[in-house]
Amino acid sequence: MKDTILRISHLYKSFGSNQVLADFNLELQKGENLVVLGKSGSGKSVLIKCVIGLIEPDEGSIEVLGQDILAMDHEELDRLRVRVGFLFQSNALYDSMTVRENLEFPLRRRYIRNSDTDCDALVMEALANVGLEHTIDMMPVELSGGMRKRIALARTLILKPDIILYDEPTTGLDPITSLEIISLINMIREKYGTSSIIISHDMRCVKLTADRIAVLLDGRCFATGNYEQLSQIHDDRIHPFFN
Amino acid sequence: MMNLPVGIQSFLKETGEISRFSWRFFKEGFSPRFELSEFIRQCFVLGYKSLPLVGLTAFIIGLVLTMQLRPTMEYYGVEVQIPAMVGVAIFREIGPILTALIFAGKIGSSIGAELGSMKVTEQIDAMEVSGTNPFKYLVVTRTLATTLMLPILTIIADAIALIGAYLGENIYDTLPFNLFFRKVFLNLAYIDLIPAFIKTFFFGFAVGIIGCFKGYFTDKGTEGVGKAANSSVVVSSVMIFLIDLVAVQIADLFQR
Repeated sequence: MKDTILRISHLYKSFGSNQVLADFNLELQKGENLVVLGKSGSGKSVLIKCVIGLIEPDEGSIEVLGQDILAMDHEELDRLRVRVGFLFQSNALYDSMTVRENLEFPLRRRYIRNSDTDCDALVMEALANVGLEHTIDMMPVELSGGMRKRIALARTLILKPDIILYDEPTTGLDPITSLEIISLINMIREKYGTSSIIISHDMRCVKLTADRIAVLLDGRCFATGNYEQLSQIHDDRIHPFFN
Repeated sequence: MMNLPVGIQSFLKETGEISRFSWRFFKEGFSPRFELSEFIRQCFVLGYKSLPLVGLTAFIIGLVLTMQLRPTMEYYGVEVQIPAMVGVAIFREIGPILTALIFAGKIGSSIGAELGSMKVTEQIDAMEVSGTNPFKYLVVTRTLATTLMLPILTIIADAIALIGAYLGENIYDTLPFNLFFRKVFLNLAYIDLIPAFIKTFFFGFAVGIIGCFKGYFTDKGTEGVGKAANSSVVVSSVMIFLIDLVAVQIADLFQR
């Protein structure tokens, strides 16, 4: 039996005259890695920013872990965000803080720290997951692009969210680092049982991470299926992705 | 509104947006949760670290002002009044306005650039996603810090400018330290000091809120960050003069 953890229904969003999402529908199952595939500027990032409440849609509903996020006030949304992690395309590490402070930031904000030891243990565990314990006292500017992505992933992971939203996790990375990030995404799902929405147009990332793929086209969910199913579709707008 | 020139329309629009942003500061700034540790850190970064620059400029201005005044004062045979004149000028106008302008240049631009770069690199979004109210954490703390630090910096700048003035006086003349300061304070009244001190809170608020506003709403990538830093300085400098103009008029009413 399906266990739906996130449901997007009839979502509409436009910026001025540019209709980005138009009657978009999607469901995410528990423990599933769902990739949203679409060309640049198709509204993939807007979609996941709507899911986390960073962008308010014009119409529709978004149900996350059984709660309608559009009906929530700021405090309720903050509480829900503990259970939803977000990996930004630009990593969004705080420049003025060390790696340790970056990782501690979500913990301290959420009052879940009982003592410094607990906090340190959580930070070290998150860093161990991405294999970067030695960077704990470094500044983000001292890290390579791949290391920054892994630290950002560790920060996303530190609250052990039920759902992780990845915004183009391998964009701008070399093939080897990209493969490392893909392995981490899969490891996180296996180790913590998280469900994920992965925004990507990197077909290697799509192939290696996706249980299911949703193609975002003209603002709506044009097709869903696994990699093999979608690669069989002979549509001029989908086929080039799989070629 | 439709018939107004574009420049006036955008000026009115921005004025409205800054007013709304300021209202939000008062609404969110005085409701929990308070970001006390970040506020203290900002006081250190924005206040304490501005001290060398503010102090140096104040010293030079005090020295130069005294040296420039001397020929004219000597011409009229009132060089004995130099300490009094310098004291009034420094306390009433030069100290507050100079410190505020230096502060706007150093701190206004740094706040605009910092928040602007945080905006374009999604750090502000990351903060929101991690359950922190970025407005409270970034805007309220910085604006409160500038509002409280600028008056303190102004007091220190006034004192340093007077030391500069004392040295300037002693280049051409010999006037004991005690006598110089007695002459300065003998000609000062509370009405000279209090309005000048009060207006520095408004200067500090203007520098903070405008820097934050420009940075918080940055767009267009790195180009936008540069523009945010630049317009933070320009707009807050203009605001400082406008506030000063109003403050002088109000103080004048009490002096009559």
